[in-house]
Amino acid sequence: MMKTIEQTETEIVEDFALFDSWDDKYEYIIDLGKKLPPLPDEFKKDENKVKGCQSTVWLVADYRDGKVFFQAESDAVIVKGLISMLIRVLSGHSPEEILAAKMDFINKIGMTSHLAQTRSNGLLAMVKQMKHYALAYSLRQN
Amino acid sequence: MNTTIEATFKGYDIESIRKDFPILNRKVKGYPLVYFDNAATSQKPQSVIDALVHYYSYNNANVHRGIHSLAEEATADFEATRDAVKSFINAQSREEIIYTRGTTESINLVAYTWAKQNLAEGDEVIISGMEHHSNIVPWQIICEQNKARLKVIPVNINGELLMDEFENLLSDRTKLVAVNHVSNAMGTVNPVKTIIQKAHAKGAVVLIDGAQSAMHLDIDVQDLDCDFFAFSSHKLLGPTGMGILYGKKELLQTMPVFAGGGEMIREVTFEKTTYNDLPYKFEAGTPNIADAIALKPAIDYINKIGKENIRRHEDMLLAHATKKLKEIEGLKVIGDNDHKVSVVSFVIEGVHPQDIGVLLDNRGIAVRTGHHCAEPLMNHFCIPGTIRASFALYNTTEEIDLMMEALNRAVKVLR
Repeated sequence: MMKTIEQTETEIVEDFALFDSWDDKYEYIIDLGKKLPPLPDEFKKDENKVKGCQSTVWLVADYRDGKVFFQAESDAVIVKGLISMLIRVLSGHSPEEILAAKMDFINKIGMTSHLAQTRSNGLLAMVKQMKHYALAYSLRQN
Repeated sequence: MNTTIEATFKGYDIESIRKDFPILNRKVKGYPLVYFDNAATSQKPQSVIDALVHYYSYNNANVHRGIHSLAEEATADFEATRDAVKSFINAQSREEIIYTRGTTESINLVAYTWAKQNLAEGDEVIISGMEHHSNIVPWQIICEQNKARLKVIPVNINGELLMDEFENLLSDRTKLVAVNHVSNAMGTVNPVKTIIQKAHAKGAVVLIDGAQSAMHLDIDVQDLDCDFFAFSSHKLLGPTGMGILYGKKELLQTMPVFAGGGEMIREVTFEKTTYNDLPYKFEAGTPNIADAIALKPAIDYINKIGKENIRRHEDMLLAHATKKLKEIEGLKVIGDNDHKVSVVSFVIEGVHPQDIGVLLDNRGIAVRTGHHCAEPLMNHFCIPGTIRASFALYNTTEEIDLMMEALNRAVKVLR
């Protein structure tokens, strides 16, 4: 049985509770970033870009059996680590579940600063883009 | 912070200077703040903060209009800044000092008045390949509107202007040359005096974007003989939202007004309005009184320490940082030349600048990462952006060492 979005969020929050310094948190995120499977080059095109001021994110979604699957990559490794967590939480769920996801684990693990509006390719932009895909698939469904 | 701050040279009391900047006491993420984003904006000394508080709590009034005491006091302080600025850049008269919101507005003012009036179809505007977007976009807009052409002085691999190419670009069609005095992205000091002479020889008008130079170099607009000089208060210890446009009086007089409203008028009827004298002709509406007033203590502070002293201190910091940075394997300084002020911009092989920025911030160290609003320059070097450390009079070599420690650790973790 697949975990719910909320269960995965709780898991991540529990993982982060083990770290007692920012250095450790970021090392963990960097590690996640390094482990994120690379996005095949054919997907690295402009239409998949979530372009921001500083780094580039490519995000693609696939819809199979009523579930949305995400793949993404960035040229910055911390962003990649953050993406990896978003994928872990949202990928493989139905559009409705993704649209309803609160994603408050981001605040709970102290990554609020990455939500800032100014970091236009921050988590906020990525979450928004993922929800856009979910919305598009949910409309197609109906 | 290590209390034994190295005495950099005799007479430069870095410890007492640091005490004048209250923000330097704060901690970020549990570490003492190391502020190396001075090219974006400088921190403010207590005297500037006090001037803002004093104005709002003691003599807040609109300027130039009232005859009551508050209005007179506010006007006197507001105008005292104009005299301070006049001396600061050695302008010939106070009428040549126009208050704006900042460098960007100063440049736009010239674009929408002088350039709009004087650029004919086929005329040419020359800028450089290392301009801030603020000194690119206004000219693009006006050139498009007036069917003029925008030409760009190329930059070499060391981040210097190719002066031979500049001379080739100059022609009888050149009406305006607009270049920065110091590059915000690399710190390169450009040979503006030569540029001005050569442009004048062709009959072109020259605007110097002094946003990055006003804090660090002696500015003498008469010696430079520039026609316009634009800079911002907030990069020279003063408040945000305040800037200066210097213009030669004879040019300013011929220019159409920028914005209409109160203050800039002499007489208004529904048939016709006549305009006020310089500099008020260009200052429509209630100005940014508090920030204008608080620019004076900023200039006074710089004058008190002395620009030569500031520059010696900053040169020492820049040399120390550049030397230490080059010890990192795979690090490349962008704009590696020997005529720079206060900025070192770099990239590190295999590491994205943004990742470095996040990890340095994690240690309380503020640097700038990204394209520094100079995308064409980044494209020239084929990089998405750089990490930029920019220094000010209150920074120390110990702070640079803290940055190096954090940087070395970051590179190790990221690679």
